[in-house]
Amino acid sequence: MKERLVQIEILRYNPEQDTEPYFQLYEVLCKEEWVVLDALNAIKETADPTLSYRWSCHMAVCGSCGMMINGEPKLSCHAFLRSYEGVIRVEPLVNFPIERDLVTVADDFLKKLKRVKPYLIPKESEKIEKGPFPQTPAQLMKYRQFSMCINCMLCYAACPQYALQPKFLGPAAITLAHRYNQDSRDGGRAQRQEEIASDEGVWECSFVGACSEVCPKAVDPAAALQQVKVASTLDWFKEHLLPQGEKT
Amino acid sequence: MKIVNVDVAIVGAGGAGLRAAIALAQTDPTLKIALISKVYPMRSHTCAAEGGAAGVIKADDSFALHFDDTVGGGDWLSDQDCVAYFVKEAPKELTQLEHWGCPWNREPNGSVAVRPFGGMKKQRTWFAADKSGFHILHTLFQTTLQFPSISRFDEYFAIDLLVDEGRCQGLTAIEMCSGMMTQFHAKSVIMAGGGAGRIFPFSTNGAIKTGDAMAMAYRAGVPLKDMEFVQYHPTGLPNTGSLLTEACRGEGGVMLNKNGRRYLQDYGMGPETPLGKPELKTMELGPRDRVSQAYWHELQKGNTVSTPWGECVMLDMRHLGEKVINERLPLVRELAIAYLGVDIVKDPVPIRPVVHYMMGGISTNMQAETVLPGLFAAGECACVSLNGANRLGSNSLVELLVFGKSAALSAFAYLQELPAPNAKALTALAEQSQGRIRALFSRTDGAESVAGLRKEMMDSMEKNVGIYRNEEGLKEAAQVIENLRTRYQKVILTDKSNVFNTDLFQVLELGSMLECASAITVGALARKESRGAHQRLDFLARDDENFLCHSMVHFNGDQNPTVDYLDVVITQSPPGVRDYSGAHS
Repeated sequence: MKERLVQIEILRYNPEQDTEPYFQLYEVLCKEEWVVLDALNAIKETADPTLSYRWSCHMAVCGSCGMMINGEPKLSCHAFLRSYEGVIRVEPLVNFPIERDLVTVADDFLKKLKRVKPYLIPKESEKIEKGPFPQTPAQLMKYRQFSMCINCMLCYAACPQYALQPKFLGPAAITLAHRYNQDSRDGGRAQRQEEIASDEGVWECSFVGACSEVCPKAVDPAAALQQVKVASTLDWFKEHLLPQGEKT
Repeated sequence: MKIVNVDVAIVGAGGAGLRAAIALAQTDPTLKIALISKVYPMRSHTCAAEGGAAGVIKADDSFALHFDDTVGGGDWLSDQDCVAYFVKEAPKELTQLEHWGCPWNREPNGSVAVRPFGGMKKQRTWFAADKSGFHILHTLFQTTLQFPSISRFDEYFAIDLLVDEGRCQGLTAIEMCSGMMTQFHAKSVIMAGGGAGRIFPFSTNGAIKTGDAMAMAYRAGVPLKDMEFVQYHPTGLPNTGSLLTEACRGEGGVMLNKNGRRYLQDYGMGPETPLGKPELKTMELGPRDRVSQAYWHELQKGNTVSTPWGECVMLDMRHLGEKVINERLPLVRELAIAYLGVDIVKDPVPIRPVVHYMMGGISTNMQAETVLPGLFAAGECACVSLNGANRLGSNSLVELLVFGKSAALSAFAYLQELPAPNAKALTALAEQSQGRIRALFSRTDGAESVAGLRKEMMDSMEKNVGIYRNEEGLKEAAQVIENLRTRYQKVILTDKSNVFNTDLFQVLELGSMLECASAITVGALARKESRGAHQRLDFLARDDENFLCHSMVHFNGDQNPTVDYLDVVITQSPPGVRDYSGAHS
């Protein structure tokens, strides 16, 4: 297996010692096929046990290891060294406060996720003994893509609107609300609409599509947000302009 | 020290912990529930399970058949009352998940689809593409968000159980963002902290799978049961160890040696079945222990393929076609392309067996109760004796649900009419726990690095406690692990800060892993027979006379652990022959 010496410049910050973040350069011998996370692990094991970052699955499904790599939001377990030349710059995800080194504070996302009620609010409750609700493959396909979100928050780091307006619910939370709205078993759209059609909701989105470009799971949050906007517009017409209010 | 008073504290927020939390919140909305985990719930390793979850749902299937597959698959080391309960609860729990929104794959008529899985005589594995664990985890996590009585303590690292007057009454944990020690005073505690696959260097398990919950219960005096049964999954990517789900074979993928022979037919799993027409419970749909063991024999015979990542066999899925692969195995395709540069649509992919799952764990009964009053356990960290000596693929996701719920109901029944905790006594215990951490920070005679000790542990486990074992190797491993446990007392903490100190957490995780490794090795040395995933080259046969029993490993502080045995519950199926030849039906 071919090896090469890789230079990695990592943003360091320990709030107990440092007044502000700074870059530290490491040189580490890496296998050609490694990902950036492997290089970080090698640094931690052989050079600097104080380097702090989150990771677990190493297969792009747990969503722990999001960070900026050469300025782009990436899962470090899915950022291949072979794609980079020269010094690789690694920073914590932008748009989130730094807790320490590459670890950011995720509280904002978790609060927003909870606000959009990302769980099934059944049209009709049914006893378990009655068995599963029917759902055709076509009905499943209407929302399945949006259910693939791993909550890695790369889309928040990429979102220009979230950078400007931190109150914005953001791509992943709105996408997950939409995922349940699109589910044939769900009847909770009106409840979620209070949050996602609010002025902190979908109308903040300027439809740049950066979220979809960085999504490691091809969830396409931009498409979800666009669908939410269309549906919300139709709601507005139904409520305000058409005779007999919502009865269409 | 901060004190949090709750009714139930749950350690671990993966499938089992989340299921327990929901059951508690639904049973009594006034309960105070603390859900404590060293990671955010959606990072829990349940997310990496791929293939699916078994539950009888189709007309041609029955509880009796699921029972027989599970008991035979476990080489008769499963407790049969437990299996009987499990198979009946399984479809209810999977339906419950459906009602909570889990995106199970469907038949054209809208009913739930099932797929074939290894060691199962009928198709009964519910699946959500090859991301079943991910969808189960997120469905459960998102469902918990509607219950105000569930308080999450995300990124709290659990340290010690608090045991006063013979009852478990809480635990200590470090708030990871601040380093603050917190005491949880709880009437019941549920352990749901997952497995310990990171003891081995080549594992499908995420970095967080370090046996912390097992070690906490073990140090508090609860025996670990059947720890020597470590499951190797036959199909891991040879470089990263990433799992390629058993559904690869369920859908019709075949395993080839370097001569292109479907070698499983040479190990009691033949005759060869036609390509693209997998038959249940034979050839590539044999159980994981047998399929992994066949690799070892091929390796001895020189029939494996040399790759830059070691000796491999090939998994060939080309005949499935791009459409089926994209629909049913999209993650597998993505993983093989990304990490190995192989597109399974066009080429066979090299694979080798990889440590995947611990059949053993914190000893519990069917109600998820441990011998320590007030302490319950469920999921991979527990051993409820469902899986016996070898777990069947797609039983473990259901186990999380069935026994996560059981643990909740038992914990709820237990906490009725308990006396108030003696806060003073608990605080004194918590201070001892804090003292242990402080000692680590102030240690000046440290000479051992966490990375160094961890590597020695992993190397010895891989060399001596793998698919096939013998007395000599196991003795060596036992000696190495005991030596490492001693040297661990001199481990250096380089990072002395309070905020998100991953050096500290790695030291603590290494401590947990060494206790689990010790229990595995001691259990394996004492079990002088071959059964399921525990294969001894010096005792090749199963020995029902002497070893139709569960190993119980007891913690003895600095001394070596001791082993005794507990009878297996046999209610209806006497030990028989495991037949995975095509003749079985």
